[in-house]
Amino acid sequence: MKHIYLDYNATSPVRPEVLEAMLPFYREQFGNPSSVHWAGRQVGGALEKAREQVAAFINASPAEIVFVSCGSEGDNMAIKGSLGALKEKGNHIITTTVEHPAVLETCQALEKEGFDVTYLPVDKDGQLNLDDMEKAITEKTVLISVMWANNETGNIYPIEEIGAIARKYNIRFHTDAVQAVGKVPVDVQKAKVDLLVISGHKLGAPKGVGAIYVRRGTRMTPLLHGGHQERNRRAGTQNMAGIVGLGLACEMAGAEQESYYHRVRALRDKLEDGVVALVPDIKLNGTPNRDQRLPNTLNVSFAYIEGESLLLNLDMYGIAASSGSACTSGSLEPSHVMGAMCVEVTLAHSSTRFSLGPETVPAEIDKVLEVLPATVQRLRDMSPLYNCGRTSDNCETCQTIKRI
Amino acid sequence: MYTDKVMDHFTNPRNVGEIEDANGVGEVGNASCGDIMKIFLKVEDNIIKDVKFKTFGCGAAIATSSMVTEMAIGKTIEEALELSNQAVAEALDGLPAQKMHCSNLAADALHEAIKNYREQNG
Ligand SMILES: Cc1ncc(COP(=O)(O)O)c(C=O)c1O
Repeated sequence: MKHIYLDYNATSPVRPEVLEAMLPFYREQFGNPSSVHWAGRQVGGALEKAREQVAAFINASPAEIVFVSCGSEGDNMAIKGSLGALKEKGNHIITTTVEHPAVLETCQALEKEGFDVTYLPVDKDGQLNLDDMEKAITEKTVLISVMWANNETGNIYPIEEIGAIARKYNIRFHTDAVQAVGKVPVDVQKAKVDLLVISGHKLGAPKGVGAIYVRRGTRMTPLLHGGHQERNRRAGTQNMAGIVGLGLACEMAGAEQESYYHRVRALRDKLEDGVVALVPDIKLNGTPNRDQRLPNTLNVSFAYIEGESLLLNLDMYGIAASSGSACTSGSLEPSHVMGAMCVEVTLAHSSTRFSLGPETVPAEIDKVLEVLPATVQRLRDMSPLYNCGRTSDNCETCQTIKRI
Repeated sequence: MYTDKVMDHFTNPRNVGEIEDANGVGEVGNASCGDIMKIFLKVEDNIIKDVKFKTFGCGAAIATSSMVTEMAIGKTIEEALELSNQAVAEALDGLPAQKMHCSNLAADALHEAIKNYREQNG
């Protein structure tokens, strides 16, 4: 059976060119970039080249790039490092209800330590109201943290406008751009962000490497104490192979940005149009305006059925997608993003994300459209919620739902 | 994550559907947890002659529903009441730990259907 991978927002394979570029750094050029001898000198250049590649990709200067171990570390560092440095100024953070757990749970942990956090709501399409944001600003606000694009729905947030608001009030602005980079243009000058986080494995670089952009003059307390690496901003001997991979992946993504966008968007639109035409009783999650969504992401709920059972069925055809169902997260509640959008609970349990990538081909989309309608129907025929006169508003079961 | 038996019952669920002239119907679960199981019974002379199910839920929910119908057919009411969620999970060679709580309700649904049968048939 051929494998069809439509879960690129979860992770992506390392690009062959990237792997090739990384390999020498395990054996031949194994040196520690902090060493003064030949072995160290051999890799110092590669470290700085990677820094330049990442910087150019987001229109930053190389000194503003700090390599970290993953997107989650970057988000933790941005938030904790800012609040540590800005303690005297205030203790209030503004973020959103739809952030990745790397941001949300960091904020929740800080609340326990006495910081105040405002979690901005989103509307039913997952969009933010910037008036709400401006109203939430107080004298004590020291950080605004809003993701560039949402990993579940693909919604792209108005980062330039948020950056302008943050500037107006002189508040530091962090954005988790893990899902945005490579998929849409990302420019730290245009967006006026102070801190921006990227992760290698969503971009065709390996897992376990990421970077944070720290605008010149942005004071931070370190998350990891120890060595003097990364200009004292992040201790730990650099993951040379990973960093070299990240640098090349950024350069390639930058060069291919436009062609990627058009190619993957055409395929996503074909999938979206096909699902809408072929499967009744579905709900699109996220903004219907496709220009305001990542070009590779489609999130739909299929009424009357549950997401994990759909994923398992698709998996039998070799199709890999992901779900907002509680059953796939190990918790009892469905995705917090669906909850924040007030998606009715059974629909939240059936939310299914298809995320395409640079290696997706038209035949794979055809195959999904061929098997999906019958698969959904088979599960619906098994469901007590289907064709029983229950609609989402008149059944007891759904009364329970409304509470969430 | 799932055993072969779970996958077998999930991919080829036994006794899916409704019984038109059921004399006992039971439902457990709720939508917020993502699992609803409904069991239909045809009881004659204190013996379960037929069982069918409809389930909204994950792989474990569908597999346990299917398994409980197989286990219940032919049993007396009393024997069927002895069937536990644990026994259903064991018959499937086990379930992942996080599924034991939310998706392992099939025996409860069966017991609800029996209760309903007893209420209807004094
Ligand atoms: C929006 C977003 N932020 C952060 C992360 C975390 O990145 P990493 O897996 O590199 O820690 C992810 C990936 O799951 C993500 O999608």
